[in-house]
Amino acid sequence: MAKLCYFGRLTDVTGTAEEVVGLPPHVSDTGSLVSWLETGRGWTGLLSDRCVRIVVNNEIQDHDIDIRDTDEIGFLPPVGGG
Amino acid sequence: MTFLIAGPLDPAAELASFEDRIGDAGAIVTFTGRVRAASGSGNVTSLFLQSHPILTAQGIQNAIDTAHARWPLAASLVRHRIGELGVHDPIAFVATAARHRRAAFLAADFLMDYLKTEAVFWKKEVTATGTAWVEPKDTDYADKARWNNNTETNECTE
Repeated sequence: MAKLCYFGRLTDVTGTAEEVVGLPPHVSDTGSLVSWLETGRGWTGLLSDRCVRIVVNNEIQDHDIDIRDTDEIGFLPPVGGG
Repeated sequence: MTFLIAGPLDPAAELASFEDRIGDAGAIVTFTGRVRAASGSGNVTSLFLQSHPILTAQGIQNAIDTAHARWPLAASLVRHRIGELGVHDPIAFVATAARHRRAAFLAADFLMDYLKTEAVFWKKEVTATGTAWVEPKDTDYADKARWNNNTETNECTE
């Protein structure tokens, strides 16, 4: 099972800060994960926004990266500063 | 070092403990940031600060390392609130100590500019009319850009 974490304004749409989900076989990288979530949940454009950064196991990713069903994947909107 | 504090932040107590570990430094600069009541979206009644479990502290540590590489500091301290805050609660405390004042002033200014623009926090203002996630202002980015001699802007502020 993969752990998905949402931060900041994303939680207003997702309704939760984190969830544990089983990834279907065709969801093998961050790009397909975003498409799967946006399509399945009706979150059009929410996670594919170029300003939303993706973090896999606490490493920020600038490009699509392969993911596994045991990974922790975070979605970070622009930070708000302190 | 624990940078993030979920409970009340006490600048006076932080300064007292900081003074115990700065050796013969002749200069201490401190900055305390407080929650303002007035904001663009109305009168703020409370503020919520969210951090990332790893990246927030990692980023602050990197900024501190940069400050120490850039200026001859005897010591520095960053404390930042997370969670729910009320109006006028201290939200950030930065202290720097150096042999002479200039390095201490500059490093404290640099660290605050980092905290205001790049630090990994998400900030939600609660007003009488609702809630709003807030992002850094253009002036915050301009302040930050002073340290790297460029006019880089943030494309994600619109």
